[in-house]
Amino acid sequence: MQNQRWGEARPLAAALVFLIVVYAVMLNTVVCIKQVPDTTQVRIDPETNTLVREGIPAIINPFDLAAIAAGVRLKERYGGKCTMLSMGPPMAAEALQKALSFGADRAVLLSDRALVGSDTLATSAALAAAIRTMDGEEKVDVVLCGKQTIDGDTAQVGPGIATRLGFSQITYVGEIESVDAESRVLRARRILEGAEEVVEAPLPALLTVVKEIGEPRYASLPAVIEGLRASVPVWGIGDVGLSVEEVGLAGSPTQVRRVFAPPEREGGDIIAFDEGNPDRAANQLLDRLLADGVLEA
Amino acid sequence: MGERGEKFEVIVVGAGPAGLSAAYLLAKAGVKVAVIERGDFPGSKNVMGGILYRQPTEEILPGFWRDAPLERHIVESQAWVLTEKAAFKAAHRHAAFGEEPYNAFSVQRARFDKWMGQKVREAGALVVPETVVESAIMDGEQVVGVQTGRPDGGLYADVVIAADGVNSLLAQSVGLREEIPADQVALAVKEIIALPREVIADRFQVTGDQGVTIELYADSTWGMVGSAFIYTNRDSLSVGCGALLSQLVERGVEPNDLLERLKAHPMVAPLLAGGETREYLAHLIPEGGLRGMPELSTHGMLVVGDAAMLGNSMHREGSNLAMISAKLAVETVLRAREAGDFSGRALSQYDRLMRESFIYKDLRKYRNMARFFESHPEFFALYPELLNEAAREMLTVDGKPKRRKQREIFWDAMRRRKPWTMARDFFGAWRSIA
Repeated sequence: MQNQRWGEARPLAAALVFLIVVYAVMLNTVVCIKQVPDTTQVRIDPETNTLVREGIPAIINPFDLAAIAAGVRLKERYGGKCTMLSMGPPMAAEALQKALSFGADRAVLLSDRALVGSDTLATSAALAAAIRTMDGEEKVDVVLCGKQTIDGDTAQVGPGIATRLGFSQITYVGEIESVDAESRVLRARRILEGAEEVVEAPLPALLTVVKEIGEPRYASLPAVIEGLRASVPVWGIGDVGLSVEEVGLAGSPTQVRRVFAPPEREGGDIIAFDEGNPDRAANQLLDRLLADGVLEA
Repeated sequence: MGERGEKFEVIVVGAGPAGLSAAYLLAKAGVKVAVIERGDFPGSKNVMGGILYRQPTEEILPGFWRDAPLERHIVESQAWVLTEKAAFKAAHRHAAFGEEPYNAFSVQRARFDKWMGQKVREAGALVVPETVVESAIMDGEQVVGVQTGRPDGGLYADVVIAADGVNSLLAQSVGLREEIPADQVALAVKEIIALPREVIADRFQVTGDQGVTIELYADSTWGMVGSAFIYTNRDSLSVGCGALLSQLVERGVEPNDLLERLKAHPMVAPLLAGGETREYLAHLIPEGGLRGMPELSTHGMLVVGDAAMLGNSMHREGSNLAMISAKLAVETVLRAREAGDFSGRALSQYDRLMRESFIYKDLRKYRNMARFFESHPEFFALYPELLNEAAREMLTVDGKPKRRKQREIFWDAMRRRKPWTMARDFFGAWRSIA
C-alpha cells in the first residue's frame, strides 16, 4: 500500500526537486575556445621568420579544454545551458564538434572573411559581440576562457571580452568553489605564482582558467558520434551586429612586425665529477662562479 | 540488458588506404558506414615509403590526381647496388612518365589520407577519430560489431571490415591471425629531410613537379634482407630503409643506426647535404608474402590491406594492394547485402575474388623470395662487392690489358665462391622471382 502511494508521489517529488535545483541557479554558460596548431610541432622558418603551419595538426587550445571541462561541470552542478563559441575559419567547426562531445548543449562558430587578421582587440570585440547576441536571447551568466592560447600566448582576449561586456573578471582560476543563487555571487580560487587567492565576484562574470581546474571527461562513443553529426551554426559579423571596420585588419591596431625563434642556448660547460674527490669539482665550480662574477669573494 | 550501441551496415576499423577506400566505395553505394580511427585524424598514424601509383588509386577515386595533395610525379626510377664505398647504378627515365595522367606520385601519407578522409566524409560516411577498437563483438560465431575503448563503446554492424594495419588486433581477436612472426615483417624507418626546391631540381635533374625514386640495395641494409630508398617530395626527401625484424633483432642493430649509416654513405650523403630532418617515422611492413596471408574472411568480418599482410616487397607495393583488396571486399559486401546474407559462406566470396586477382598471383610469384634471400646473404654482400669491383677494375686505366683484367675479375670471383655454388645461387634467385 505504502509503496503504491510513494509510487504515485514520486514523479511529483522528482519534479519538485528538479524545479528547486534548476530554479536555484540555472547557469547559462558560454565557453570560448580556439582551434590552434599543435605548437609542440610548429617550427619557425629560419629564412622567412614565419610560422610553418603546413601539415601541423589542429587541436583545441589546451587551456580551452580546461574551460570546457569547467563549463560542463557548472552545468552538471547547477543546471542550465552550456554553449561553445569559437571564432575561426570554417575548419574550426571540427573543434566545436569535439567540444560538443564533452557534454555541451550547443555550439556556435563565428566565421567571416572580414575577421581575418584580427588582433586581440578585434578578436575580443567580435567574441563580445557574439556573446552579447546570445545574451539577448537568454541572459549569459558565466563566460569561460582558457587563460591564454598556445599560439598567441597573449592572455588578452578573455579580459578584453569581460571589459567590453562589463562583466566581472577573474583570471587564472583553478577552481570554481561555489555559485550562490541568492546573492548571484561566484567564488573562485585563483592560482598565482607562489600564492593562491580566493575571490568573489558578482555575476555575470568572465573567468579565465588554468589547467588545474581539470580536464574534460573522456567522451562516450554515442556523445562523440552525436558531436560529429551536429551541424554547427555559423554566424557572420552581420549576425552579431559588427561592421567591417571594427574587426579584421581594419579593426586591429597591432601589427606583427617579425616572428623569430629565440637564439639557441649555447651549451654550458660540464665540470667533470671525480667520484673519489667531490671537493675538487666543488672547488672548480666555485672558482668558475667567482671568475664569472656570479659570486663575489 | 544495457543500452545497445548504434547499428551501422558496415563498420570499417582503421582509416588507412585500405579502410578509407572501403568506406569511400561503400558510402558512394549508399551504405550506412562508419570508420573508426585511433589517430587524431585519418592519416595521423599512417606511414609509407612514399610512392602512390595512379592506376589502382583511380579505381577508388577517379581523377584524384587533379586535386589530391601530391608531392611530385615520378619520371625516373633508379636502382643502386651499394658496397661500403661504391655504388653500381641503373636508371630508367621515360618522357611518357612526365605526361598526364602520370604513372606514380610521391606522397606524404598523412596529408593524402587527411584529404581522402574528407572525401569519405563528403561521400556520407561517419569518420570517428581518436577511438580505439579493442575487440569484435560476437553473437555465437558471427561478428556483429566492435567494442571501442570509450564509455558505452559498443557499435554494431552487419559486416566489420578490419583495416587496422599490420598488427590487426581485430583479426587476431577473432582468431583469423596470429601475432606476426618476426621473420615475416620488416621494420622500416624513414626521415623527411627538408631541402629547397631548387636544390632538389639540381641534385636530381628534374624540373617543375617531376620526381625521382632511388631504391638502394645490399650495403644499404648492412647486408640484411631489406632495402632502402630515397624519394623526392615537393620540398623534401623521404629517406628510409627497412630490414627483416628477425635479422635486426638477431644482430642487435637498431633501425635508426641503419638509417644513420645509410645517410653517411659517400654516394648518399651529397644528396642530403644541408637538409634538415623534419620528421622521423617508423613502421612495420608485411613481408610474409603468401605464407603470411591469413584467412581473409569469417562470419561477419573481412580483412583488408596490411591487416591481411598484403605486401609485395619486390615491387614496393603495399598501398595499392590495400586499396584493391578494399575494393574486392566492398564488392563482396554489396553482394551479401543484396542477398541479406552475411554468413561466413557468403563473405568467403572475398577470398575467391582475391585469389583471382593480380594480388594473389603476384604474391604467389614471389612466395619464396624472402626466404631465399634470407638464406643467401651473399646477395647482400659478396655479389654486390664483386659487381662493383669488376666495374672499378674495368674502368681503371692503369696500363693493364683489358683481357687480363677480365681474367682477373673472373678468377677472383671463382676464388671467392665455388662456380657450382654460384650457379646454384643465381638459378635459385632467378627462380624465386621469376
